[in-house]
Amino acid sequence: MKKRQNVTIKGTKDGLVLRLDDSCSYEELKREIDQKLSANTMTQEERHLISVKLEVGNRYLTEDQREELKFLIRQRKNLVVDDIESNVLTREEADRLRTENEVVTVSKIIRSGQVLKVSGDILLIGDVNPGGTIMAGGNIFIMGTLKGVAHAGCFGNDQAVIVASSMKPSQVRISDTFNPAPDIVPENEKREMECAYIDEDRQIKIDRLQVLIELRPNLTRLEGGH
Amino acid sequence: MGEAIVITSGKGGVGKTTTSANIGTALALQGKKVCLVDTDIGLRNLDVVMGLENRIIYDLVDVVDGRCKIHQALVKDKRFDGLLYLLPAAQTVDKSAVKPEQMKKLMDELKQDYDYIIIDCPAGIEQGYKNAIAGANQAIVVTTPEVSAVRDADRIIGLLEKEKHMEAPKLIVNRIRNHMMKTGDMLDLDEITEHLSIGLIGIVADDDEVIRASNHGEPIALNPNSKASIAYRNIARRILGESIPLQPLEEVNKGVFGKLKKFFGVR
Ligand SMILES: Nc1ncnc2c1ncn2[C@@H]1O[C@H](COP(=O)(O)OP(=O)(O)OP(=O)(O)O)[C@@H](O)[C@H]1O
Ligand SMILES: [Mg+2]
Repeated sequence: MKKRQNVTIKGTKDGLVLRLDDSCSYEELKREIDQKLSANTMTQEERHLISVKLEVGNRYLTEDQREELKFLIRQRKNLVVDDIESNVLTREEADRLRTENEVVTVSKIIRSGQVLKVSGDILLIGDVNPGGTIMAGGNIFIMGTLKGVAHAGCFGNDQAVIVASSMKPSQVRISDTFNPAPDIVPENEKREMECAYIDEDRQIKIDRLQVLIELRPNLTRLEGGH
Repeated sequence: MGEAIVITSGKGGVGKTTTSANIGTALALQGKKVCLVDTDIGLRNLDVVMGLENRIIYDLVDVVDGRCKIHQALVKDKRFDGLLYLLPAAQTVDKSAVKPEQMKKLMDELKQDYDYIIIDCPAGIEQGYKNAIAGANQAIVVTTPEVSAVRDADRIIGLLEKEKHMEAPKLIVNRIRNHMMKTGDMLDLDEITEHLSIGLIGIVADDDEVIRASNHGEPIALNPNSKASIAYRNIARRILGESIPLQPLEEVNKGVFGKLKKFFGVR
């Protein structure tokens, strides 16, 4: 009887795909990868690297195990692991993904000396007063007046935007660019319904919020709507 | 059980001590039993504004350190029939001489005997501030119509809002000069209240009489013929729960006061 295959190798136009069984032990898997790769006499004597993708199914690999497999495969001269695809997420990763993708709603006034920070998008119902700071890994939407500092995309997302019902910031930052307020703001200037974003020249620009419909189509989350 | 109201501001010199003295006086004029507490340890001056400096024997630090009983340290204001007392701050030690827990215990004891405890808070947001708010269940934030004072008021309000044991703070805008508000050289009331978005409990004009009265140890609230006095008395009535519309400052002259006096039956 033929032994069940724990590792199957497939060639694609991008390189190799190694499908790894998710019910055998990790040690078994390692042994078989090693065997398969040495047995497989793919006489590709070309010098260039071949990219390898690992599909691990419902197996959870720790960071150490991932490194070990990458190392194991890298020893085969011109093979390099580009991607490891697993169906399994740790609770931690799932939480991180969720918070990065959710819109947190907060109803309060961010006063002088206070900092409000979220990892995803934020919808603030209230004002940011001078000396107050609002920060988000994603976008910032303020239903109120922005008079303090707003920092969107604070983990390095250039696509992030800041939208405010009344835009009178002391400073806006997006990703790693910032834009101090002009020193002289004409008095009684309305500055209503505006947005801030990074333009092609990597400068922060402030404009009517409607420009985002074209510039940031990804803001729309609704799928399959009419 | 009495109410302990802390008068605070963040920025120095905006009128906390003046406000404490006058609200305390105005509440006593209303027949309430009031204890003024000066928590500005090392820089006391509520006693001076009240004209009670010479009668101090013990102070707040003596009380918390157990060197005397509370009643021994309280200075009685003879102008009021046993209705107004002052617990003076210590002058010779520094702010770290008292801890928030000690203040809370002290305030809880005073609440048993007094209708209102008015706590004069030092400027800043450090130890002295923490002591002053520890035993308070209400707060009044004093600001002047200047950008820097409003900025500091905002900071303080943010801190006060985090205190679970306290009601939402109320605002007094002090030292208003009408002509400057009109010309736009000072922030106007709407700007301030919109910015801070807390309830306004009173406005007080900038009035030389206030300074004169303080220097004589006679809080202005005792003098019925001044706009500032009416303002403080109105604040006291609002604290007592009456709803009195804000007086437009220019209308508050002797004529109006005459009518108000009749209406409220102020002495
Ligand atoms: N409404 C007013 N009109 C005129 N002068 C005033 C008024 N209110 C306060 N002052 C004056 O302003 C000065 C500062 O007031 P006060 O001592 O009450 O402030 P404070 O906030 O207690 O100061 P500190 O932070 O030093 O404790 C005093 O000289 C006082 O007389
Ligand atoms: Mg003072």
